[in-house]
Amino acid sequence: MPQITLQAVDYMAILPEIVLTAFGILVMVADPLAKAPAVRRQLGYVALLGALASVAATFVQWTVRARSFGPAFFGMLQVDTFSVFFHFLIGGIAVVAILSSWDYLETQELRNGEYYALILFGSVGMMLMSSAVELVLIFIALEISSISTYILAGYRRRAPESVESALKYFLLGSFATAFFLYGVALIFGATATTNIYDIGRVLRSDMTNLAYVAVALMLVGLSFKIAAAPFHVWTPDVYEGAPSPVVGLMSTAPKAAVFAVMARILFAGSAPGWFWIIWVLAALSMSIGNIGALVQNNVKRMLAYSSIAHAGYLLVAFAALPELGITAALFYTASYAAMNVGAFAVISYLAGHGERYVTLDDYAGLGKRAPGMAAMLTLFLLSLIGIPLTGGFFAKFYVFNAALRANLVGLVIVGLINSAVASYYYLRIMVYMYMKDGREDVPLRPVTPSLAAALALSALATLYLGILPQTVLDLATRSAQELLQRR
Amino acid sequence: MNFLDSSVLTLVTFLPLVAAVVLLLLPKDEKLTRWFSLYSSSFIFLLSLYLPWRFGQFQEMHTEAEHRLFHFELDQQWIQSLNIHYHMGLDGISLWLVVLTTFLVPLGVLISWRSVHDRVRTFFVLLLILETAMLGVFLALDLFLFYVFWEATLIPMALLIGMYGHERRVYAAVKFFLYTMVGSVFMLAAIIWLYVHTGTFDYENTRAALADGTLPGFAAAAPILFLGFFIAFAVKVPLFPLHTWLPDAHVEAPTAGSVLLAGVLLKMGTYGLLRFNVGLFPGQAREHAPWIVTLALIGIIYGALVSMVQPNLKKLVAYSSVSHLGFVVLGIFSFTQAGIDGAVYQMLNHGVSTGALFMLVGLLYERRHTFEISQYGGVATPMPNYATLFLIITLSSIGLPLMNGFVGEFLVLSGSFQARPLWGILGATGVIWSACYMLWMYQRVFYGQNTNPANQALRDVTRRERLALWPTAIMALVMGVASPYWINQISPAVQATALPEQPYRSPYKRPVKKAEKTPAAAPAASATTTEGATH
Repeated sequence: MPQITLQAVDYMAILPEIVLTAFGILVMVADPLAKAPAVRRQLGYVALLGALASVAATFVQWTVRARSFGPAFFGMLQVDTFSVFFHFLIGGIAVVAILSSWDYLETQELRNGEYYALILFGSVGMMLMSSAVELVLIFIALEISSISTYILAGYRRRAPESVESALKYFLLGSFATAFFLYGVALIFGATATTNIYDIGRVLRSDMTNLAYVAVALMLVGLSFKIAAAPFHVWTPDVYEGAPSPVVGLMSTAPKAAVFAVMARILFAGSAPGWFWIIWVLAALSMSIGNIGALVQNNVKRMLAYSSIAHAGYLLVAFAALPELGITAALFYTASYAAMNVGAFAVISYLAGHGERYVTLDDYAGLGKRAPGMAAMLTLFLLSLIGIPLTGGFFAKFYVFNAALRANLVGLVIVGLINSAVASYYYLRIMVYMYMKDGREDVPLRPVTPSLAAALALSALATLYLGILPQTVLDLATRSAQELLQRR
Repeated sequence: MNFLDSSVLTLVTFLPLVAAVVLLLLPKDEKLTRWFSLYSSSFIFLLSLYLPWRFGQFQEMHTEAEHRLFHFELDQQWIQSLNIHYHMGLDGISLWLVVLTTFLVPLGVLISWRSVHDRVRTFFVLLLILETAMLGVFLALDLFLFYVFWEATLIPMALLIGMYGHERRVYAAVKFFLYTMVGSVFMLAAIIWLYVHTGTFDYENTRAALADGTLPGFAAAAPILFLGFFIAFAVKVPLFPLHTWLPDAHVEAPTAGSVLLAGVLLKMGTYGLLRFNVGLFPGQAREHAPWIVTLALIGIIYGALVSMVQPNLKKLVAYSSVSHLGFVVLGIFSFTQAGIDGAVYQMLNHGVSTGALFMLVGLLYERRHTFEISQYGGVATPMPNYATLFLIITLSSIGLPLMNGFVGEFLVLSGSFQARPLWGILGATGVIWSACYMLWMYQRVFYGQNTNPANQALRDVTRRERLALWPTAIMALVMGVASPYWINQISPAVQATALPEQPYRSPYKRPVKKAEKTPAAAPAASATTTEGATH
């Protein structure tokens, strides 16, 4: 038996997670103590502080690389540029989600306390997923993140569609995690280890057929979580029912985390036989997502289908050559997060009490009634289309660049045709906002500073990634290199 | 190279954007908005006149041996790891397209003075943003940068049509957007392919790499790459059968939108064909020339025939654009010096005369709110000045000798005749058709009895409208008479871009020695003063 001692260094490895957990517990404990709603509202500040502190903690990890980078907890965790990239991203998404929830909760007359705690706990799970290199820990982290989002999806508990959303997400989600767990069990049977690096080492020297089955099963579970077709069926219903700021969060952060897990398993774990699976998943997701979105009149459902399509674009990067492909995928998750969280912040502002105003008709004439909001949404939509000078364009460009370098001409053509098709439905929202006469009965509230901050952050990130992508690109390249080096 | 020379292109390109931002910060006052847009766009026009003046000097300075293709170049790293550069530069082909753009925008502002009364500020902001994007398209020498500007024209134009257009504006805007978007997606694929295999986005480096002929896989991919670029540009031109978005977009667009759409945006297509399809893939371009020319000829004749039967005045002008742009494509793919010179010249002519036609049609619409030709007749009686201006522009559009259209069409036809006599003959019928439909339209609108009571008291052109229209009329004349000035600047660039294998021989080129006797700046100065004065 080796003697178990935890060194101080190990705590550095999970510093952001520790910070988030501490703040999450603080919110949970303070919630029942705060009687007055006015006091309870202050919990939002605590949560925001927590999310910001976790970003700061990641920054500390990044600055004292010598002490924090490397394996920790007996090789269960691996802190590297790759994990730091995702910690920044998930922390950032949490910050914007909390900011945009602020006055959303007010309008919907929802309780504040545990909502924020769940966001923080969910982020803990997602962050852990990006640094875990041990399949059982990955599974636990996946569950932490999933269970938090199941509850958040049903948070508008008086609205039947929100309850439906939570139930659907929970049932199908547990089913999918079971698949993942099956895969983990089989790979353990095949290689006698659950550590990704050890698995990689075993598989490289002696490949067994069992590993193929295991990889397929794990990919089923993970594809469900990123809403890749044909495992996407839950997405529109769940996104439609869940509270809008939560959709902004759950369409970006858990996806980013699952992509991190996927990259670790496929590349660091040298998993076999996944190329054509990913190829088909990518082509199907892009096509089904975009075609499905064409006929939607509910903006939330439309963006749900769009998120399926974007998962497809992201998978294209996985099919490309490892180093460039991972870089492209990382960059894509970052810019998708920026634009989608921003878009859902606008939607949650416009939804009104009980989320009544989420159809295209409710957006008519928005360009006149709320020019600032309309301009913001236009920016995010342009980025989702992939118009130059936005993060969305550059991300797509980089993905296709990586794919063409790997000679994936077929996939690139499917992708490009899809982006042309996709421009139609995003354009439809803009057409309604600017070219149709408005409905007067849709109420608008004044924009609160927190919402303005959320929008400004996402808009700046979208433009920054589109105009000056070099810094993030460098970070992503470095992450990809480090991921591939240690295998 | 002094500082101004390397930064003037950036200034000209981005000043409209700066003006747009300032406009957003100014108080929301309609009068202020209009005047500010007018002053800023006029200032940008005057600034852009520095380009031809200095360009003339460059031409004198550089002998043939050290002849540089691009001037005013600025090459800065933008995104380092992808080798993307901010590379701007200008040659004889883009020079006048830039000036045409800056020339038409203030006129567009003038013509929208009263006709736009709702969401005024947004309108002018969009107009100025559009100007920046259009200028960038003509000046970018980095394929990535070019694509950025190319896509950037899309949004403001679609919004101009969709927000300020007529009844079916939404349909037209969406159609415009989708056609262009689908087309440019193919171009993006081709650009990425080129980048992946050459490692550069730079226009000249790519060109050198392709001309080298050693690029692996290029032989197999070349036809597809050529088509990738071609589809994007053919949609924009628009070449038959991809033209169907154009009549809708034109009829529904507000006047200033139509002016810029016809005057500049369509030229982005023909400019792209010349710069990229011909410049990057000379072999492919020659190989594909027969069917492209066939499409162009169909466009010339079909556009003219449809114009002939149009009951709608604006649609008539729109279809005449299909016909006229067919000439440009015909000229480019004739691969003769005269043909391509004429094509480039015809781009400018079409910008001036069709831009003016749309302004004229637009101001008739302001008075009567209909484009139906049958609603008019005898309009010359209440509006004599208007009729005169309309006649000048009509004559310029049908290519009457001494007018600008004649020079362009003549060069194109003589070039295509040299290439294949049949092309020249079929193309020449287009000239006859255009005389038919334009003059017939003129007759139906302006002559005869003024019987419609609504037309009795039509107001003639106002001072403001005259200010917008006379510059185009004068330019139509000047460009018809003093064409050597333009052709001399266009011709070397055409030769270098499209016909590098032929020894350069311009039909108009002055002997170099004689140039000292007649100061080079003289024609330049006279042209600038005319433009400046009319402005």
